[in-house]
Amino acid sequence: MMKASSVLRAAAAIRYCLEEETVLSELISAEAKSWIGREAEPIRVEVSRRDIVKYSIATEQRQEKYLRGDEAPSMFMFGALRPVVPMDTLGPDGIAAESFLPDLPLKRVMAGGTEMTFHRPVKPGDVLIATRSLHDLIEKQGKSGPLIFVVQILRVETEAGELVLEEKQTRIFR
Amino acid sequence: MSGVNISDLNVGEALPERSHTATNVSLFLYNAAIWNPHRIHYDEPYTTNVEKHPGVVIDGPLQGDWLNQVVVNWMGESGTLIQFNYSNRRASYLGETLTSGGAITAIDTDAGLVDMEIYIKNENGDVITPGTAQVKIS
Repeated sequence: MMKASSVLRAAAAIRYCLEEETVLSELISAEAKSWIGREAEPIRVEVSRRDIVKYSIATEQRQEKYLRGDEAPSMFMFGALRPVVPMDTLGPDGIAAESFLPDLPLKRVMAGGTEMTFHRPVKPGDVLIATRSLHDLIEKQGKSGPLIFVVQILRVETEAGELVLEEKQTRIFR
Repeated sequence: MSGVNISDLNVGEALPERSHTATNVSLFLYNAAIWNPHRIHYDEPYTTNVEKHPGVVIDGPLQGDWLNQVVVNWMGESGTLIQFNYSNRRASYLGETLTSGGAITAIDTDAGLVDMEIYIKNENGDVITPGTAQVKIS
C-alpha cells in the first residue's frame, strides 16, 4: 500500500507535469499543430552525371563509380533536393525563405539528426520524385531554454513509383 | 577496393580512420555543389560578426558524407548500405582537422547484416558527429 507522503509526491509530480505541459503547449499553436501530416508539393529531379561528379569531387569520394558519376554517393540527394529559388527570395543570411513550415515562436535553427534508409542506388538519368511531409512537432526543455523539434519525413521514388530513399530529418529550433 | 567477408569480421573491430581538413576552396565547392548560399560557409566577417561563430562553419551534412564514406569505403563492392543515421552535436570550423572512423557493433551472419558505430572527432578527440550504420554484405 502506498504511504500518504508517496501519494502526495506523486500528485505533485503529476501536477508539475501538467503545468509544464500547459506552459509548453502554448509554444506550438493549434494552427502550427494542424500542419502535422501535411505534405509539401513534390519536387521532380533529373539526376545528371555532371552533378554527381561535382558532388563527388567536393566531398572527396574515393570510389571510381562516384568520381566517374556512374552512381551517386548516398548523401547526394541531400544537395539535389535543396531549394533552387530566385535570388530575391533569399534572406540576408543567404538562406531561402522556407514555405513548408508553420509559424513557430523560435527562429534559430540547428541541424538535429537524420535517419536514412536506402532502397536503390541513384544513377545518372534517373528522374526522381521527392515528397516531404511534416511528421511531428515536439516541444522539449533544453538546458538553455525551450526547444522545438521539427521532424520531417522525406520519401524519394522514381517516376515509375519505385522506392529509392526514405529519410527522417530532425531540425531543432531554439 | 579490398573485399569484406562477413565470416572474417569481429564485433569491436575498427573501421579505417581518415582525416579531413576542409579549405576555403573545398567548402566553396561543396556548397556550390549542394546549392547552399548560407553565408556562414564562405563569408567570414558575416559569420563571426552577425552569427557569432568563431569561424567559417564546416557544413554538418558534409561531415555526414565523410561519416558515410567510413562505411562505403570500408565495404567497397562487398555489400550495400541499408541504413545510416547521424546527428551533428557540435559545430566545427575552417582550420580544424577532423577524423572519421568507426567500429563494428553487431554481426548477423545468417542475415548478412553488420551494424556499426561511426564518428567524426575533432582535434581534441571529442566526438562531434556520432552515427550508426547497417550494411548487408553480399
